[in-house]
Amino acid sequence: MDLQIALLLGQDGITNGAIYALLALALVLVFAVTRVIFIPQGEFVAFGALTLASFQAGKTPGTLWLLIGAGVVVALVDITQALRSGTPGRIPRIVGWNLAYPAAAAAIVFLLRPGEFPLLAQIVLALALVVPLGPMMYRLAFQPLAEASVLVLLIVAVAVHLALVGLGLLFFGAEGSRTPSFSDASFNLGLVTVSGQTLWVVGASLLLIVVLFVFFERTIYGKALRATAMNRTGARLMGISTVMAGKLSFLLAALIGAFSGILIAPITTVYYDTGFLIGLKGFVGAIVGGLTSYPIAAAGAILVGLLEAFSSFWASAFKEVIVFTLIIPVLVWRSLTTRHVEEDE
Amino acid sequence: MARRLLLAGFLGLLLISPLVASEFHITLLNYIGLYAIVALGLVLLTGVGGLTSFGQAAFVGLGAYTTAYLSTAQSLPGWASMLGGSPWMGLLAGLLVTGLVAYLLGLLTLRLSGHYLPLGTIAWGISLYFLFGNLEFLGGHTGMSGIPALSLFGIELRDGRKFYYMVWAAVLGAVWLTQNLLNSREGRAIRALKGGVVMAEAMGVDTARSKVLIFLIAALFACVSGWLYAHLQRFVNPTPFGLHIGIEYLFMAVVGGAAHVWGALIGAGVITVLKQWLQDWLPRLLGASGNFEMIVFGVMMIFVLQRARDGLWPILTRFVPQREAKREVPQGDALPKRPVPESGRVLLEARNVFKRFGGLVANNNMSLTVKAGEVMALIGPNGAGKSTMFNCVSGVDSATEGEVLFRGEAVTHLNSRQIARLGMSRTFQHVRLLPTMTVLENVAIGGHLRGSKGVLSAMLHLERGEEVRLLAEAARQVERVGLRDAMFELAGSLALGQQRTLEIARALCADPCLLLLDEPAAGLRYMEKQSLAELLRKLRGEGMGILLVEHDMDFVMGLADRVVVMEFGEKIAEGLPDEVQRDPVVLEAYLGGVD
Repeated sequence: MDLQIALLLGQDGITNGAIYALLALALVLVFAVTRVIFIPQGEFVAFGALTLASFQAGKTPGTLWLLIGAGVVVALVDITQALRSGTPGRIPRIVGWNLAYPAAAAAIVFLLRPGEFPLLAQIVLALALVVPLGPMMYRLAFQPLAEASVLVLLIVAVAVHLALVGLGLLFFGAEGSRTPSFSDASFNLGLVTVSGQTLWVVGASLLLIVVLFVFFERTIYGKALRATAMNRTGARLMGISTVMAGKLSFLLAALIGAFSGILIAPITTVYYDTGFLIGLKGFVGAIVGGLTSYPIAAAGAILVGLLEAFSSFWASAFKEVIVFTLIIPVLVWRSLTTRHVEEDE
Repeated sequence: MARRLLLAGFLGLLLISPLVASEFHITLLNYIGLYAIVALGLVLLTGVGGLTSFGQAAFVGLGAYTTAYLSTAQSLPGWASMLGGSPWMGLLAGLLVTGLVAYLLGLLTLRLSGHYLPLGTIAWGISLYFLFGNLEFLGGHTGMSGIPALSLFGIELRDGRKFYYMVWAAVLGAVWLTQNLLNSREGRAIRALKGGVVMAEAMGVDTARSKVLIFLIAALFACVSGWLYAHLQRFVNPTPFGLHIGIEYLFMAVVGGAAHVWGALIGAGVITVLKQWLQDWLPRLLGASGNFEMIVFGVMMIFVLQRARDGLWPILTRFVPQREAKREVPQGDALPKRPVPESGRVLLEARNVFKRFGGLVANNNMSLTVKAGEVMALIGPNGAGKSTMFNCVSGVDSATEGEVLFRGEAVTHLNSRQIARLGMSRTFQHVRLLPTMTVLENVAIGGHLRGSKGVLSAMLHLERGEEVRLLAEAARQVERVGLRDAMFELAGSLALGQQRTLEIARALCADPCLLLLDEPAAGLRYMEKQSLAELLRKLRGEGMGILLVEHDMDFVMGLADRVVVMEFGEKIAEGLPDEVQRDPVVLEAYLGGVD
């Protein structure tokens, strides 16, 4: 290996690491607010990428059907509940978000030929289809179990993941897709050529991190989420709805996931089940941060990306083995540095 | 009786099915059996112990690949050559490898809070799957073929019909071992894990060891299943050992009823048949091929966890007449007792104990002594730091500064388990019981340190002598505190006062010489308080030292020999009950000053 290859691998590692960092942030966010270990994160990555790819191939993305289906189920559940609890005033809002919104999305997809849209509009439309699935998922799978143990929530998260992978196969088929780069530019920096896409990925990741930071520090909703993460009961006593906090954190996680998928779709071929492994690598990063610290999680994720890039050079067949075995020393380190004291139930 | 008939019917069906069933159904039954063994391990791990693993398929793979490699390898290195050739050596080696890996993995992850273990197993499941697929000597993704058939008593188990008995013998063996374990001293310690570590440790249970043990047992069950699989299929490749299969195993346990041994069999049966059926129908229905049964399984799982978290087994047993609970009071020889310290000797001495939580000083220079044969009461307004003091003394928490001596030994930095072993036992202010276990079983947990037989003898039921004596001791303590009529009720069905009394019986079952009671009279009715006071007087007469935290002044003043009063973490008075009651400082603390 010479310096040039090392730089090339480093560039690869940082590009992937930036994506893993985004995912790690979403995982930390969801875990802190809802105690759900968000295994289905990877499916949002795949759905985001494949929805965009469907538009570009001039096909109707399967996620549209998923959005409509999930919307109908959520509407049924919520309307039943609204009628039972004697609050029919909530019905218009429920219908608006869960039935009218998907219908409007369907109208755009069928009437306006998104295949001919400029890339930016396609991306926005893809996000508009995929992101609402986050809160809907929270409503159907997790909200009824909000008080359950972390373990039960984890098993549910795995079940959701499994169902979504199956649906992904049904909607997008077994073939992978790749989307064109955001930019064909490349910059020659002496020894190494940096591709425009790399800059897009790293830049967009940084931007998203800054936006999230501002959101959490400066907005009332961001503060509500932080309060819920610190103390659910306390936050609820202050009038913060934990249901709202849960849905909002799932919305953000879905947004980050789908956007990450769109960012990497030009770099790697995305299959219906690719997201899982990508999401898990974000996880390894998040675990480095103990599922609580954002900056350490992001640093851990970059480390995972670099490790992956270099191990694919040295021992490509064992790339996954090496990356996932990394979790063991990380867990050892965590178990030596944290003293776990059981809280009163 | 009806349950026995059902069991006999089930066994009879198992016995004759190879004679009547078709080849297809035999194969299906074989797989159900193999899966049930793995699910059984998860019942122990998840349903009973409250831990979980998504990586069981990887342990199955370890068992399968070890025997596959050893029984097919042409040339083994010298040190391993004696393991080659025979499937039985393969089983032994597989158990060793799996045990070692599981032990290391458990040691690393079980110390962390609950969710790190499942996450670790996900990562571990994936990395082992890729390892199987990429190692040349394990055949890579194509796998290994030509694995020899099993031979038993000279009969070669070549076809599924013959292998069937082997599989189901293993299943029933695993069921027997698991049930034996659960009905033993070690089993009660494992079941106590779900009630929180604090109580179990205070009763002397090494909870870290119990956790590693069930993780190990679950892994070894999985390994046996893998070994059987390899010799049934006579071919292995990485596919059946991937993470998704690991998830499926967990689904089997949860759908069947994760807290019930038979739930594992039901779950394995339901999921396997359903999968077969869905794999036939879904692709036809959807017009595409693929593992669409995942969608159904995922949705079903969410539904089960939301609506029937205990799984199918409890629902099924509703239709079966309940077993007549055994209501025979266990009889047995007395267990050896600790020598009673002579009355008046100092048992417990706390010297200048400080406990700080950040800036908050919960205990500020607290000192107190308890002698054998006396009742010492620690009183004070809410938030005075009494329970903190209790925790420092009993090792649930350790003092920031100062010294605690118990029977002359420094115990300041010992944990609650070590202190329990020295003869101190306690109750909790907020009752910590296992609601789904009977009163007798709950009390028997208190006697944990008085038995010594391990997991292996428990699984093989070689510890019945000790078990009878333990249960008899527990029964004596139940009778002693006056809960005889409730001995076989579930602890969760008792009234709060009775639950507190149960905690005292559990503490007494440990044969302590110092008893720490945290508000034992709270929630008790007048008559119950009378009999509790009576019991404590009797214990004092027998030479027991008692440290009591209590709010009920009538109760305390009528019973205590000496009283220590705390306020804001400090001792404000100490002395005989009469003196303390007249102390102006105490009156001010309780009634407020007159300005």
